[in-house]
Amino acid sequence: MSLSGKAAIVGIGATEFSKESGRSELQLSVEATRDALQDAGLTPADVDGLTTFTMDTSSEIALARELGLGDLRFFSRINYGGGAACATIQQAAMAVATGVADVVVAYRGFNERSGQRFGQVQSWAAQQVNTNGIDNSWTYPLGLSTPAATVAMQARRYMHDYGVTSADFGAVAVADRRHAATNPAAFFYGKPITLEDHQASRMIADPLHLLDCCQESDGAVAIVVTSPERARDLPQPPVTIAAAAQGSAADQYVMTSYYRDEIGIPEMGVVAKDLWRQSGLTPADIDTAVLYDHFTPYVLMQLEELGFCVRGEAKDFVRDGAIELGGRLPINTHGGQLGEAYLHGMNGIAEGIRQVRGTSVNQVAGAAHVLVTAGTGVPTSGLVLSAP
Amino acid sequence: MSGPVRPVIGRDNAYFFEGTAKQELRIQSCNACGTLRHPPGPACLSCDAYDRGHVVARGEGTVYSFTVIHAPKLPGKELPLVVALLDLPEGVRMVAEVTGVPPEGEDALQIGERLVVDWNTIDEELTLPIWRRP
Repeated sequence: MSLSGKAAIVGIGATEFSKESGRSELQLSVEATRDALQDAGLTPADVDGLTTFTMDTSSEIALARELGLGDLRFFSRINYGGGAACATIQQAAMAVATGVADVVVAYRGFNERSGQRFGQVQSWAAQQVNTNGIDNSWTYPLGLSTPAATVAMQARRYMHDYGVTSADFGAVAVADRRHAATNPAAFFYGKPITLEDHQASRMIADPLHLLDCCQESDGAVAIVVTSPERARDLPQPPVTIAAAAQGSAADQYVMTSYYRDEIGIPEMGVVAKDLWRQSGLTPADIDTAVLYDHFTPYVLMQLEELGFCVRGEAKDFVRDGAIELGGRLPINTHGGQLGEAYLHGMNGIAEGIRQVRGTSVNQVAGAAHVLVTAGTGVPTSGLVLSAP
Repeated sequence: MSGPVRPVIGRDNAYFFEGTAKQELRIQSCNACGTLRHPPGPACLSCDAYDRGHVVARGEGTVYSFTVIHAPKLPGKELPLVVALLDLPEGVRMVAEVTGVPPEGEDALQIGERLVVDWNTIDEELTLPIWRRP
């Protein structure tokens, strides 16, 4: 039994991506959801399910009120920050595939630059009276308390073990910014960078330079999921959910899984194994990928966990423009979270959908199978999106 | 509030901070089978017993990885700040704030270096371990 092919994506919507939206997070999600429903040729009356991140500040019922929704038959949330992104689509797909709901909207909206900035120290995370708060008692009081620093700790060891350099990480930043430069929706539209720019950018958490780190952004994204049968009657070319998986591995923590013999991101390997099992595909079948890029080192580590290359060889894989348009695996053709915007991975899912539809501003010709991943360093998720 | 972010202290990690107050670096142990564990938890991963105790570590560690934090500002810390992951001879790994090493250059911290524990008294209620070169 498999989830593959049991649900389709029929609508995508978004607000503009900015540094100061000037409106509430709830309003952003309402706008993105309306946009997605219009794209899908549906109305709020068609929606009977909503799903989002545990971190989202707009509850399903608040969004439902603003949209004038009636009866909701399915609502759910996924934990672990950006690791939730693709899992919201999995939730929607499972609800549709089982008949629990007919039309489910996955949404995420925040003022992550003008409001609560994730790049700053989130002291509340250390003060939670729960197991996450206890976990953070080993790091925050000692000053290890930002996403960049937690990733830097992993990156340094990865460099040591496999001879990876900062310039290898820079290949990801250069690719992202090249793609953003031709995407009018991207914050860094028209602003490509060189590897020299990357190397010269100031240090944030050594070995991570500023240009290894994603943006902080305001905005919202919404995605509409329904059955393949219903999708056939709707205006957009349907995008099949060929696989949707979550993953957490042994001795898992949030951003600080430091106590495994070999640190790394085996949780993405858990996701990968199930994506390939569900879809029946292999890495060789993937035409383009959206790899979660809050920080560049994890993009290299993902290439290895996903099976595009073996452990330690991502540094060779990304050389010579291989992950740029025209390369053997173009990644993050919207510009990624470094170039387009940081929408907790949801804008990357939207780009994956555009690639299958054939409507990306940086279209990979004939893209039939697109891989999308969610946040790394945390319990995470992934999708394979395919043409029907 | 000035000072570093305060730890949430509950039943499963209280022994550690009770130890730091006495300038003891404690590692959780299983009273049934003796297996050590850090970070701790309410059950032994070797024998499933719930009877938890602790031992006092020798206070040494070898650098497994580290970062030098330059930005953003951190509550109660001076930047740049060196934070390391240490492998302790007792067989557990621990996050460690490091003092007395330059943030860059030939004398910067190295993977494989040995550090020893010292104590950072924040106030009457909180003491944190801080690590130095021997």
